[in-house]
Amino acid sequence: MRSLFFLVTAMAVMALAVWAYRQNYETQAKLREVDALRSENADLRERAGVLRAEWAYLNRPERLVDLTNLNFDRLGLIELGPDHFRRIDQIPYPLENVREVMDREVSE
Amino acid sequence: MTRTPLRPLARILAARRAGENPDSIEQENLEARHEADRDSQRERAEGRLLVLGIAFLSAFVMVGLKMSVMAGSDPVEPKSAASGAQIVAARADITDRNGRILATNLTTHSLYAQPHQMIDPDRAARELAKIFPDLDDDKLFEQFTGKRKFLWIKRRISPEQQQAVFDIGEPGLLFGPREMRLYPNGSLGSHVLGGAGFGREAVSAAEVVGVAGIEKAMDEELRDPGRGDVPLTLSLDLTIQAAVEEVLSGGMRLMNAKGAAAVLMDVQTGEILSLASLPDFDPNDRPRPLLEGDQADSPLFNRAVQGLYELGSTFKIFTTAQGVDERLVSGSTWIETTSPMTWGKHKIRDFRDHGPALTVEDVIVESSNVGTARIAMMIGAERQQDFLAKLGLFKPVPVELIEAPGAKPLLPKRWSEINTMTVSYGHGLSASPLHLAQAYATLLNGGRVVTPSLLKGGNPLGEQVISPNTSKQMRGFLRQVVTRGTASMGEVEGYHVAGKTGTADKPKPQGGYYDDKVIATFASVFPANDPKYVLIVTLDEPVETSGPKPRRTAGWTAVPVAAQIIRRTAPLLGLAPDIEHRSAQGVALAQN
Repeated sequence: MRSLFFLVTAMAVMALAVWAYRQNYETQAKLREVDALRSENADLRERAGVLRAEWAYLNRPERLVDLTNLNFDRLGLIELGPDHFRRIDQIPYPLENVREVMDREVSE
Repeated sequence: MTRTPLRPLARILAARRAGENPDSIEQENLEARHEADRDSQRERAEGRLLVLGIAFLSAFVMVGLKMSVMAGSDPVEPKSAASGAQIVAARADITDRNGRILATNLTTHSLYAQPHQMIDPDRAARELAKIFPDLDDDKLFEQFTGKRKFLWIKRRISPEQQQAVFDIGEPGLLFGPREMRLYPNGSLGSHVLGGAGFGREAVSAAEVVGVAGIEKAMDEELRDPGRGDVPLTLSLDLTIQAAVEEVLSGGMRLMNAKGAAAVLMDVQTGEILSLASLPDFDPNDRPRPLLEGDQADSPLFNRAVQGLYELGSTFKIFTTAQGVDERLVSGSTWIETTSPMTWGKHKIRDFRDHGPALTVEDVIVESSNVGTARIAMMIGAERQQDFLAKLGLFKPVPVELIEAPGAKPLLPKRWSEINTMTVSYGHGLSASPLHLAQAYATLLNGGRVVTPSLLKGGNPLGEQVISPNTSKQMRGFLRQVVTRGTASMGEVEGYHVAGKTGTADKPKPQGGYYDDKVIATFASVFPANDPKYVLIVTLDEPVETSGPKPRRTAGWTAVPVAAQIIRRTAPLLGLAPDIEHRSAQGVALAQN
């Protein structure tokens, strides 16, 4: 009986030791992973910042004005004027052609 | 353990035989037994003390060891703690009211040299001078071969330049990472943003600090790591700012002006949607302040905030508003306007003769100096000062720019009767266009004090200065200035512009006034029936030369520019024009 008890205890200690050992290495692996993710995160953040800055640079009003002037005729643009405003109830809804398109999609 | 009896029979019998007291034997044995007990107990106690001592000793040794390890090791960030995204070391971005970026950070590199590690200083100097044309190779060579162990070569270099320096292959040339402030929109809003530079510098990092404008005024907030990556949201609208600057610079060229300023502000919240001053600069490459001459000629000078000008007839509405609000006059009261009006040794003249009398309304519409001066005399100096102070014209505008607190209006030293009269039509008191925007917003929004702000959300309205009814009347007067008065070019179809022109002669530095240099100002609100925005346009030394004679008055210079600004920006502000729709074709267009 006594030897059985000792045996069980010894087994338990060994099992716990194995568990602790594995936990230790798993934790270290996770910490390394967290480190990697964190530095990747910082890299991505920086890249996002650069992209945002570039986006803002490409969308600077000065450039947009130039592009608009360049493509004014090609895109059939018209200058915004006071008569381009309408109240919402002056716009017919649903629009005739929109309904046609929608019907077609439904029948297909 | 064998227990010795206290009264061993053999010894008792022997003692009895000898006639001794057997109790003494018992006593003796009892003592011996006690002694033995005591010895064993002490041994056990000593053992326990020893164990306890060892336990305490090891505990203290552990604590001591841990402390010395902690004291001796380098600090390490806790790795397993929750993500530290709340703390961001970089300076916060600045965005406009719709979240479009006005200022952000980029990581670049700085270039420094450690001459003692150099292999070929001569070649390094020559190659560097090739990459950076502004460097001089002889001077660099001198520095590389001198006694110095460290020197900065460039504060910021681009990735291409970095690669080129790498390609030199000189081990004595080294790079340090640098956060750099970038203003992607170039000169747009430059006077608001100001600029940034480096504060304390080390090889591996440098502080980015604001040097002017809102970057400096809000420096603490922008640098606070606790704000995370929440940007600072301004009240400016990038699109509107761009439109205002474009129209203003066009107008400035057309009117041959040497400078111009514009302020577009919400009359209820005091949010500044656009604040422009020309000429401007690129905050990415901020020019140096002028070393000689007038700082007001520098592109760094913010005319809208720092420029203190006599704003001329735009002040007349303040006098009239006070007169009407205090029931001294009403819109239809007749005021004597015979020009010139003589006061002591001074004479007050009108730009042109308006006849013997005008109604108060027409004093504004026709812009009569004499009429305004007479109303001011009814009010008196003291109450006039109180009123102007309430409108914020006696102290700097509390806007979030580092330059703002320095722009304290210039007041007459002694407020005599003649000062009361000249100030009533805007001479003798110098204020900035932003002051004017604040005062106009206060007068025309229903009469409550507005505090301008460059941050989204603005400020709550302050105390009531004039009654809502007076405010409404003033809007009517100003509307008539546009429909039948001096600002007829300011009419923008559908937007009911109301405003007042002001043309003031520029003071000479040595005293007196120039004959042919003026500051032309148009202060306007729109739409007049329900004011939403106030727009101030100021041109510095404009001349309109399309006619036979050069024209300098605001009605010919500042007003058309302001009208064009309103025409461009009002649709962008989401204001639908109040007009009858002109043709059915327009409806068809909207349909497509």
